[in-house]
Amino acid sequence: MADRYSFSLTTFSPSGKLVQIEHALNAVAQGVTSVGIKATNGIVIATEKKTPSFLVDDETQEKVTLISPNIGMVYSGMGPDARVLVDKARKSAQEYKQVYHEEPPTAILVKEIASVMQEFTQSGGVRPFGVSLLIAGFDETGPTLYQVDPSGAFWAWKASAIGKNMVNAKTFLEKRYNETMEIEDAVHTAILTLKEGFEGQMTESTIEIGVAQIVEVTSQEGVKSKVGRFKKLNAPEIKDYLANIA
Amino acid sequence: MAMKGKNCVAIAADRRFGVQLMTLSTDFQKIFEINPRTYIGLPGLATDVQTLSELFRFKTNLYKLREERDISPKTFSHMVSSTLYEKRFGNYFCEPVIAGIEKDGSPYICSMDLLGCINHAKDFVVSGTASSQMYGTAEGLWEPELEPEELFETIAQAMMSAVDRDASSGWGVIVHVITQDGVMTKTLKARMD
Repeated sequence: MADRYSFSLTTFSPSGKLVQIEHALNAVAQGVTSVGIKATNGIVIATEKKTPSFLVDDETQEKVTLISPNIGMVYSGMGPDARVLVDKARKSAQEYKQVYHEEPPTAILVKEIASVMQEFTQSGGVRPFGVSLLIAGFDETGPTLYQVDPSGAFWAWKASAIGKNMVNAKTFLEKRYNETMEIEDAVHTAILTLKEGFEGQMTESTIEIGVAQIVEVTSQEGVKSKVGRFKKLNAPEIKDYLANIA
Repeated sequence: MAMKGKNCVAIAADRRFGVQLMTLSTDFQKIFEINPRTYIGLPGLATDVQTLSELFRFKTNLYKLREERDISPKTFSHMVSSTLYEKRFGNYFCEPVIAGIEKDGSPYICSMDLLGCINHAKDFVVSGTASSQMYGTAEGLWEPELEPEELFETIAQAMMSAVDRDASSGWGVIVHVITQDGVMTKTLKARMD
């Protein structure tokens, strides 16, 4: 009976903790490491891509995902749970766009996702999500990096790491981070952070990188404007970065 | 009616509330402030005018709390549009006009039909029973790059001439000129008969 508070999700333990959420955080801590870094002109998020066997076609695996044109995210923890959140986040972004004809600001989307995660800590018949998220966005207010935990708590970070190696990675980031870093530097730092405690060979097919930054777009009428966009780096681009590091 | 000027916009409406030919009130409000840089004019069925103005007050108050910023005129127009289209098969009898100044200082105006189809214009937009008269007067008086004072004179004259040519409009005119520094509101007497 020692762990009798660990069954009903909505029951507080005498110490005031919701044990299921602690368990969810443990699930995250077993997950593959992801990092996110805020640069002066954008955000970089990156993660390690692990496959159970080399027979798995790793091109089909996608851990860094696009939510809306200017927002992307990466997860650490349980893949299937993250996919549910990606679907919900994308749908919520589209709903916002349908009403306002405008992409949702990063903060609004993060709040939306966080409230879904909170709901799953208080509803009956469900369990919390076994994932932490790093959400990178570029909106009117500039670049922002958010972390969302299974409890539904969220923070904005200058740099953060989640997953198995998060403690070491954060210590590493604390040493390497500076406020004047630009995107190129941030990509390098992100790769170096992942390299700490990386198992196996780091190649363009074993890591994923996403970048939120300002780009110039041309509208249908031919008017040029600068807007925030999120894009995943493709294999050759990642290969270039890796070559520069080695 | 709403008009664009140089770094300013104006929005004007008459003040009559009536049922067909019976005038019931001459101080009826059809233009509502959404925020200091965005105004909406709601000509149409009086009950829907008031329902909608309260609904938009509710929605923009929530927007401000949620997003910690004022809604921009353009975003607000799309919100109005989706609100109207939500009631596609049981619509509000109202064709809104929106005027405001964007964050970058550029003037914004638009009008909408009762289902929420947005119409953008570079000069002026009109709506309501006197719309055909307003097209005539505004077409004749409007010029590009008007300063706030000139814009006031233009929209005031265009409104007064138009409502005098429509039996179901008039009994006073209200004009708001919106600039980056603030809003100037004037109530005009016009013909009261």
